[in-house]
Amino acid sequence: MQNRQRHYLDYNATAPIRVAVIERMSEVMQTVGNPSSVHSSGRAARGVVEAARANIAALVGARARDVVFTSGGTEANNAALRATGAKRLIVSAVEHDCTLAAAKVSGLDVKQLPVDSQGIADMAVLAELLADGGDGVLVSVMLANNETGVIEPVAEAAAIVKEAGARLHVDAAQACGKIDVDFGHLGADYLSLSGHKFGGPQGTGALVLAPTVPLAPLITGGGQELGRRSGTENVAGLAGLGVAADCALAGLADAPQLARMRDQLEAGVQNLWDGVQVLSQSAERLPNTSCLLLPGLKGETQVMHMDLNGVEVSSGSACSSGKVKQSHVLTAMGVADDLAGNSMRVSLGYGSQERDVDAFLTAYASLAERARDRVQS
Amino acid sequence: MSKSPIYLDYQATTPLDDRVLDAMMPYLTGKFGNPHSASHRFGWEAEAALDIAREQVATEIGGEGGDLVFTSGATEANNMAVKGLFEAFAPSRNEIVLSDFEHSCVLKSAEWLAENRGAVLRWVPVGRDGRLDLSALKAAVSDKTALVSVMMVNNEIGTVQDMAAISRIVRDVGAVLHSDCAQAFGKIAIDVGALGIDLLSLSGHKIYGPKGVGALWMRGDLAVKPGPLLHGGGQEQGLRSGTQAPALVAGLGRAADIAGAERAQETDRLAKMRTRFLDRVMEALPDTQMNGSIEHRVPGNLNLCFPGARADLLLSGLRSVAVSSGSACASGSGRTSHVLRAIGLSDDAAKSSLRIGFGRFTKDEEMDYAAAALIETVKACRR
Repeated sequence: MQNRQRHYLDYNATAPIRVAVIERMSEVMQTVGNPSSVHSSGRAARGVVEAARANIAALVGARARDVVFTSGGTEANNAALRATGAKRLIVSAVEHDCTLAAAKVSGLDVKQLPVDSQGIADMAVLAELLADGGDGVLVSVMLANNETGVIEPVAEAAAIVKEAGARLHVDAAQACGKIDVDFGHLGADYLSLSGHKFGGPQGTGALVLAPTVPLAPLITGGGQELGRRSGTENVAGLAGLGVAADCALAGLADAPQLARMRDQLEAGVQNLWDGVQVLSQSAERLPNTSCLLLPGLKGETQVMHMDLNGVEVSSGSACSSGKVKQSHVLTAMGVADDLAGNSMRVSLGYGSQERDVDAFLTAYASLAERARDRVQS
Repeated sequence: MSKSPIYLDYQATTPLDDRVLDAMMPYLTGKFGNPHSASHRFGWEAEAALDIAREQVATEIGGEGGDLVFTSGATEANNMAVKGLFEAFAPSRNEIVLSDFEHSCVLKSAEWLAENRGAVLRWVPVGRDGRLDLSALKAAVSDKTALVSVMMVNNEIGTVQDMAAISRIVRDVGAVLHSDCAQAFGKIAIDVGALGIDLLSLSGHKIYGPKGVGALWMRGDLAVKPGPLLHGGGQEQGLRSGTQAPALVAGLGRAADIAGAERAQETDRLAKMRTRFLDRVMEALPDTQMNGSIEHRVPGNLNLCFPGARADLLLSGLRSVAVSSGSACASGSGRTSHVLRAIGLSDDAAKSSLRIGFGRFTKDEEMDYAAAALIETVKACRR
């Protein structure tokens, strides 16, 4: 009964680890060495970490020495908001939970940057908020949203921020591996990324810095990462992260194909019932993400139904699933309260096939029918 | 003789046990879900891994009734404990009491609090034997003390503290006892209840588990608990946000399990190995001095002073054996070990000392070879 095939369409929650990553990690896990040790075992471990640093630098177009490894995207975002000497914060309303939470506990003055109905941050408001100068201000705008896949106008934000003399942090956790990310080109001062979102292991991530910006350590101790993040490096994990970065770079070529499958899925869904809304459909989005609004049925119910039919998706981001909590992203986009709890996020990735889309549409058909009956009765 | 050097730096890090790797692999391959994805099976499997490991780790320290928060390692756990506890207590209690030879991540966390949050630090000396001066501790604590942080086992000299006695002193003034057990966990029996430890930090890679994972254990009925260091999705009951790594956590759990099951036998084996090694060295180099008590010490550690032989020269001479002159974090810095200074060694003596750490995969013949190589190198250095 349980050997029926599962269709995993929740890549934005976590992506399956690439086989090459597992192979590299198993290899490294069979060696010993603390990268801080001076003997040859230690130096070998150091070499593994530094090679991974070069891979990550290549993935995001940064200098290797500006890459600070962390335990993941959450830590990187916390460090960017709370350990870079900012005096005031401006965060977009659709940032990830951890960015919003870090802003909240920072003790600093926090302003929110509103988004339009497509989920795009309002650049005119950003310019207004920075009109009196941006000294000591850190602005945080994510590159791609985890729930809708919307790509934010980061380069534009960077120009405004630079003009005002503020600094810009970009959470690229969902963008890395899905679209081309070029740190230098974006013009940001800080960029966060997470390994497990692009085929690397959970428990790895990085904060990338522009060459001259400050970072005080959030975690103090032995002084690893050039004093910017203490703690013995997760050597095998970072080795895996490096390979994942390599694979992700190569995998960018498959983006058009993913987008085609995603578009096919959306067309199929809307074909079932025109009451289904695809959020941010007219905005520039990640090629893999689709956020579907189905009136009449709670997101949890939808997800459960899909799961029973072998299809794994989520309602909102994984961090809020399991908790009865409305998506702050959809609320910020102006989705009405009675609809904001009715969303489902579908996210494809490198393992996705046409048959996953087919299975999704088959399972969704009965769901859409139930919703339509409920709404129209 | 194999080409790779004999690894005798088990306090810096340990090789991963194959059995641990086996426990990790399922979560790297098929069961790759995000444990926070509550709506589908991939997520449940990953969450189950955390539950099992939580129990395995708690069992190993007798801490079943407490809260266990997984972190990226002992450094993060120590940061969370020290910074979080202080913030939770401030401003009514604004003093932190700590031993002179804590690990740098505890020291730096406390110093950070002193610089940025007005914490007052009180340092308690350790004796020549590497054990905390209890009467000095008694004098240092007061009703202003928020927390006392004392490592159960020192990372350089392996000495074990009398945590029960320390705890009685701490509790007398209503403060909280935190212990960095990165070097103790799995190696010696720990019963947090009997020892009176309120918070305990631990690490995976010191006990043949993976790097990048550790935990902070907290007594369940603590009146004042540390808040989170990392904020976000609210994982680990809101105490540590960030997607957990089920593979790493499963590895930590399995490593704890193995350590507990094999401890008695392993302790015995390592003790014999150490005696044999020490006998050889002392016979050939009778002026060698033991840094710290041999009696109150974890079995897999030695820290020896070779008067007149500089450690950096010994290290470069000992090509075929990987040992160290102090903690890995301070390696290559040229700084004198603060641990050896704390137990009263002169600068010269501290700079003539080596840490020799051995463990589960060290063979008798490797120790014999290492002893011979060490003796040879010390003699050459003195010539």
